[in-house]
Amino acid sequence: MADTSTVTLKEDPSIFRIISGNKGLMTGLVILAVLTLIALIGPIFTESPTSINPMVRIKPPSADMWFGTDPLGRDLFARAIWGGRISLSVGVAVAIVAVGFGLLLGLLAGYIRVLDAIIMRVMDGLMAIPGILLAIALISLTGASLFTVIVAITIPEIPRVVRLVRSVVLTVREEAYVEAAIAAGTKLPGIMIRHILPNTIAPLIVQATYVCASAMLTESILGFLGAGIPPEIPSWGNIMSEGRTYFQLCPWIIFFPGVALGVTVMSVNIVGDGLRDTLDPRIAKKM
Amino acid sequence: MVLKIENLTVKLPKGADREFAIEDVSLHVDKGEIVCVVGESGSGKSVTAFTIMGLIPRKELTPVAGKILLEGEDLLTKDNSEMRKFRGSRIGMIFQEPMTALNPVMKVGRQIEELLTIHTKHNEQERKKIILEAMDAVKLPDPTKIFNTYPHQLSGGQRQRIMIAMALVLEPNLLIADEPTTALDVTTQAEVLTLVKEIQRIKGMGVLFITHDFGVVADIADRVVVMQNGLVVEEGTRDKILHSPEHPYTQMLINSVPSLDPPDRSMENVQDTKVVEMSSVHKTYGSLGIFGKGRTVKAVQDVSLDLHGGELVGIVGESGSGKSTLARCLVRLIDPTEGSITINGKNISTLSRGLLRPHRSEFQIVFQDPYRSLNPRRTIEQSLIEGPMNFGMGRTEAVAKAREVLEIVGISPDAMGRFPHQFSGGQRQRICIARAVVMEPKLIVADEAVSALDVSVQRQVLDLFLDIRQRFGMAMLFITHDLRVAAQVCDRVVVMQHGKVVEQGKTTDVYNNPQHPYTQELLAAAPGRDVKFNQL
Repeated sequence: MADTSTVTLKEDPSIFRIISGNKGLMTGLVILAVLTLIALIGPIFTESPTSINPMVRIKPPSADMWFGTDPLGRDLFARAIWGGRISLSVGVAVAIVAVGFGLLLGLLAGYIRVLDAIIMRVMDGLMAIPGILLAIALISLTGASLFTVIVAITIPEIPRVVRLVRSVVLTVREEAYVEAAIAAGTKLPGIMIRHILPNTIAPLIVQATYVCASAMLTESILGFLGAGIPPEIPSWGNIMSEGRTYFQLCPWIIFFPGVALGVTVMSVNIVGDGLRDTLDPRIAKKM
Repeated sequence: MVLKIENLTVKLPKGADREFAIEDVSLHVDKGEIVCVVGESGSGKSVTAFTIMGLIPRKELTPVAGKILLEGEDLLTKDNSEMRKFRGSRIGMIFQEPMTALNPVMKVGRQIEELLTIHTKHNEQERKKIILEAMDAVKLPDPTKIFNTYPHQLSGGQRQRIMIAMALVLEPNLLIADEPTTALDVTTQAEVLTLVKEIQRIKGMGVLFITHDFGVVADIADRVVVMQNGLVVEEGTRDKILHSPEHPYTQMLINSVPSLDPPDRSMENVQDTKVVEMSSVHKTYGSLGIFGKGRTVKAVQDVSLDLHGGELVGIVGESGSGKSTLARCLVRLIDPTEGSITINGKNISTLSRGLLRPHRSEFQIVFQDPYRSLNPRRTIEQSLIEGPMNFGMGRTEAVAKAREVLEIVGISPDAMGRFPHQFSGGQRQRICIARAVVMEPKLIVADEAVSALDVSVQRQVLDLFLDIRQRFGMAMLFITHDLRVAAQVCDRVVVMQHGKVVEQGKTTDVYNNPQHPYTQELLAAAPGRDVKFNQL
């Protein structure tokens, strides 16, 4: 009586084909890969970004010194590459930590009614304070270092992730297959990990790219304001901050780190948009 | 002849499961007749309707051959602006879901007026007069008041009446109705069907009526066109199709429609032991509200019901009757506000989540929508062994058990490693039943478990439920809005209205001799009640 044959479907396309099918995503990934490669292996071939050479102060870009030098005679190319390391590592670290905490808090808030009220009020409170201001306050409490800057940028980013995860959980928990799992006697952790968590992965990956881009910008802003990573470390924000006073005399000090920051943030955002389109075509059509 | 379709073929985009959405379809609608196009999902009946209206995206669905002649003019040769003149004025259309077909932020009167403004030269007073007459014709109470209401302020039946008024206000010669009563309750459906038939008779127009329901066909059709996989397989008068169908597919479809006459039941399956005892169960939704007075909805009020082992009890009622809420209380997906529920001798209505868990295997639920009740990311095997493993069964044992149950529900156990999307709707519902059965429950609650299935598949799944009951002897509670389904499978039926039980008794007694006025109304409203369909 029963039809035991199964519906035959086309093979799911491989990840590589999905990525190469989206030009924006492909472009973003290539730019990002090149930037990462330069940041990783660049310092091997350049001078130390902190070595001072009074003989070559304030030189404009040339064949020898691609990005020129600053008033202390430091090679700006070496410094910009070093700044790339700082920016990318801050961006990636903030994205991972914010998504980790956001995922945990969002799952709890979305599924457990009592915790929802508490967690979401705290998140609302955090969102009410401008992110930069909160980060400056946190850094001034603890003192500046790479670690504290990462923590200070992460905290204002968490609420947005929590809200996203919570909204996904609230939708998925009403699905019949979740109710079926409850009826089958599955315990809370099992329901969370097996049935709810997988649904949050796709939107989280997209959100993580935006958090990463925003964190790199915030880090540079903090550096430029002098509230970020200690000034002896050549982050893009710090380089631009130092170049500010010499701007009319030697604009290349600000120009190159600025361009580097712009290109990096843009490529991360392009990757984010591309991922959004490939992971959830429905959202892409709406936007 | 109002409409004549000749050899119409519409191509599907590349990568679809077949080449043509509809192929070589020919049919015609005469003045003053109702032609029903009937078929299961994917038969191409809606594509046919939308092609006539020119509402299909031509890039994806391309008409490649044939003609659609409306009073002699070929609609396929018209461009968009020419089609606009036809729509509304010469072809009226009613859709399935009246809520989404109406603009929620515009008063209904103005929505009808829009048609008149575009297609006629009447001034405002004349327009209003025409609209009020149209509303009166579709029997809307107090047209002047309804003119100024928004869609959400009207009931489903009233909204569908507005849609009909809108479709008819310009007096088209052809009305296309695409499943116009599918989303409505059975009593409302009966009213709307009578209305369509009456208006059609008065105005003498042709109606092309798309439906999947042979009950509706029996009530309304003059002629019937049966479609399968994009092809017209049979065409004939209502009586010919219903009583002496020739094509095997039509015969199969009509044989699958459950009869409203309940068969005589030997109660041999029913055991003496009581499995479920519900006494005065209440469920009230709503909060106390921090700001101001909270609103409450009494979804279930004072329901008492017993189920014996091996007994199949049906709860029937229209939407909002509280039947699904009761089912969800029974398996403790929601907590009842008051009353006690005893399953297998243990009162579970007040147990905490933790204390309830050891008893969960005793009562299982099968949901309506087979597409949403299996986790799309988990294989069938993973879904099936989850329950038994929660209760301490080892993996190998659980897998062996799952294979055994899959065999029983008619799915090849070798397909266990596949994901839900690789199965059809009926197969998924079988898998959901297997997931419930594998827990060896004392009670299975089926919440509209066959409502989303096509009639031929529905028949098979109903057979499966009966087979499972016979084999394992568990009690079953069958929640359904479909009186035909309840008539065929239930030993006993309970009729619910507004959260209360209004009547209950042996199926044959309730159907043959209904006592409560609401039960009488429900049975009288069932479409196609005067045609005898097959008993299961």
